[in-house]
Amino acid sequence: MDVPVTMVEASFRRQRHSRRIAMLSGGAVLLLCMVVAGRVSEAYPLALLAGMPRIGDYFEKLVPHLGWSTLFAGTHTDGSLAYWMYRADSWLWLLFETSQMAALATLAGAALAFLLCFPAAANLAPNRKIHFAFRRGLELFRTVPDIVYALILVWTFGIGPLAGILAIALHTVGALGKLFAEVVENADMRPWEGVIASGGNWFQAVRFSILPQVLPNFLSYALIRFEINVRGATVIGFVGAGGIGQELYTVISFNYYQEIGAILVLIVLAVSVIDVASEALRTRAIGAVLR
Amino acid sequence: MPDHAKPTMPGLELRALTCRFGATVAVDALDLDIPAGQMLGVIGRSGAGKSTLLRMINRLQQPTAGLIRFGDTEVTALRGKALRDWRTECAMIFQQFHLVPRLDVLTNALIGRLNHRGTLSSLFGLFTEAERAMAIRALDRFGLAETALQRAGTLSGGQQQRVAICRALLQEPRILLADEPIASLDPHNARLVMDALRRVNREDGLTVLCNLHHLDTARAYCDRIVALAAGRIVFDGSARDLTAQRVFEIYGVTEDEFHEQPTLVAA
Repeated sequence: MDVPVTMVEASFRRQRHSRRIAMLSGGAVLLLCMVVAGRVSEAYPLALLAGMPRIGDYFEKLVPHLGWSTLFAGTHTDGSLAYWMYRADSWLWLLFETSQMAALATLAGAALAFLLCFPAAANLAPNRKIHFAFRRGLELFRTVPDIVYALILVWTFGIGPLAGILAIALHTVGALGKLFAEVVENADMRPWEGVIASGGNWFQAVRFSILPQVLPNFLSYALIRFEINVRGATVIGFVGAGGIGQELYTVISFNYYQEIGAILVLIVLAVSVIDVASEALRTRAIGAVLR
Repeated sequence: MPDHAKPTMPGLELRALTCRFGATVAVDALDLDIPAGQMLGVIGRSGAGKSTLLRMINRLQQPTAGLIRFGDTEVTALRGKALRDWRTECAMIFQQFHLVPRLDVLTNALIGRLNHRGTLSSLFGLFTEAERAMAIRALDRFGLAETALQRAGTLSGGQQQRVAICRALLQEPRILLADEPIASLDPHNARLVMDALRRVNREDGLTVLCNLHHLDTARAYCDRIVALAAGRIVFDGSARDLTAQRVFEIYGVTEDEFHEQPTLVAA
C-alpha cells in the first residue's frame, strides 16, 4: 500500500470538505444579507418588474423625431438634426463651462490633497496623532458628497459655477488625499532612510526619496478624478451650481423631452472625448515622468 | 596615520550603550573607543547586534540606555538641526544601498548636500554648479562619471554601492558607517566596494566602521576588529590576533560554520 499517497489524499479530502462547508455557509450568509438589504431598502423585485416598461416609455420620449428626407434640413424643419440640436451652440458652451469647472476643481483639489497626503500617510507622519488628525480631516472632506457641498455653497456664494467648483474641489481633496496617502504608504522606505541618514530633514526626504516614487501614480489618480469630476460637475448643476447641469435640470423639469435627449447625447459625447484625451495624456505623462 | 587624522581629532566613545527590542537585548551595555582615522571591522553572526550598533551611532535607532560621545558632543542627546548636523558628519551606507532608483546618479550623490543647503532651495533641486562639480569629481574618482545622468536603478549593485559612498562623501563627513556594505554583492564588486572604503579611510582620513560577516574581508581590510555576540564585545584586537583558533574559542564553531548565516534573521 502506498502510504504517503493515502495519507495526503485523506487530509486533502478533509480539507476540501471543510472548504466546501465554509463556502456554502458563506454563500448562505451573503444571500441572507441580500434579502435583508432588499427588505429594508424596499427594493422589491415585483416593483422593479412593474416599473420596467415605463423606463422604456421615458426613453422613447427622448428619442428625437428624425426623418431621412428632412435630416439635413434647416433649423425650422421638424425632423432635421438642426431642429433637434437647435440650441447646440449654447449647450456646447455650457458643456465647455462644465469641463472647465471640473478641471479647475480637480487642479485645486489635487494641489491641496498633495499637501495633506504626506502627513496622512502612516509611514511618514511624525507621530500617530498627526497621522490620525490628517486622516480624519481627509475623511471629513470626502464623506460629504459634493452635491451637499454645492447646496451649502450656492446658499453662500449664490447661483453659478463658483459654488460648483468649490464643492467639487472640496470633495476632491478628500478623495484624492486618501488615495495619495495610500500610494505613499506603499512607497519603498529604503531611499527615505538613505536621505534621513545623510542629514536631510522631513521635507527634503519627502521631496527626494518619496516624490520620485509616487508622482506617476498621483498623476494617474488625478486624471481619473478629472473624468469623474466632469460627470460630477454635470450633476452638481442641478442645484444651481452652473454648467450644463443647470440647463439639463431646467429642461427635465419642463418635460422638454427632445431637449433632454439632445443634451444627454452631447454629455455622453463630451465625456467620451475627455476619457480618450486624458487616457492619452496619462500614458504620455507617466512615460515622461518615468524616464 | 593620514594627515587629516591628527591626534587632536576627536574619537568616538560608546559607554554602556544598550538597545532593547521588547524582551530581546540587541546591544548590551557596550563600551568602545574608536580613535579618529581608524578602519574598524565589526563582525558577528546575524542577530549579534552589529546593525543596531551602527544605526544607533547614526541615531537611526534610538538607544535604550548609555552614551555616545564624539569629542565634546553628546550624540545621544542631539535633536532637530543638531541631530541632522551629526548625521551629516557621520555618513552611513547600507546593505541595500538605499538610493532613489528613479533619480539619476548625480542627484543621488547630491542628496549628501541636502543638509548643507536651505530647505527651500533644496526642495526645488537647486544645487549649485560647484556642488555638481563636487559630485561629478566624487563619481569620477570611483569610475562612475559616465553614469552620472543615468537613473540609479539601472546600475549594478556594485555601482550603486559606490554611488552611495559618493553620496556619503558629499556630506563631508568625519565618520563613515558601513552596514554590511558587500553582503548583497558578488566577489568582484565586493572587492571594488571594500577598496573604495579603504581609499576613503586612507586618503580622506575618515574613521570607518564597517559591519562584515566574512572574517577574511575583515582581516584583509581593517586595522582593528571587534567581534560581537549577543550584543556584547567578545573580541577586540588586530586582524593578526583573530586566528581560526580564536574564532573557535569565541563562537564554538569553525570559521566555515561561522559564515553560514541563518537567513531568517532580518537586518
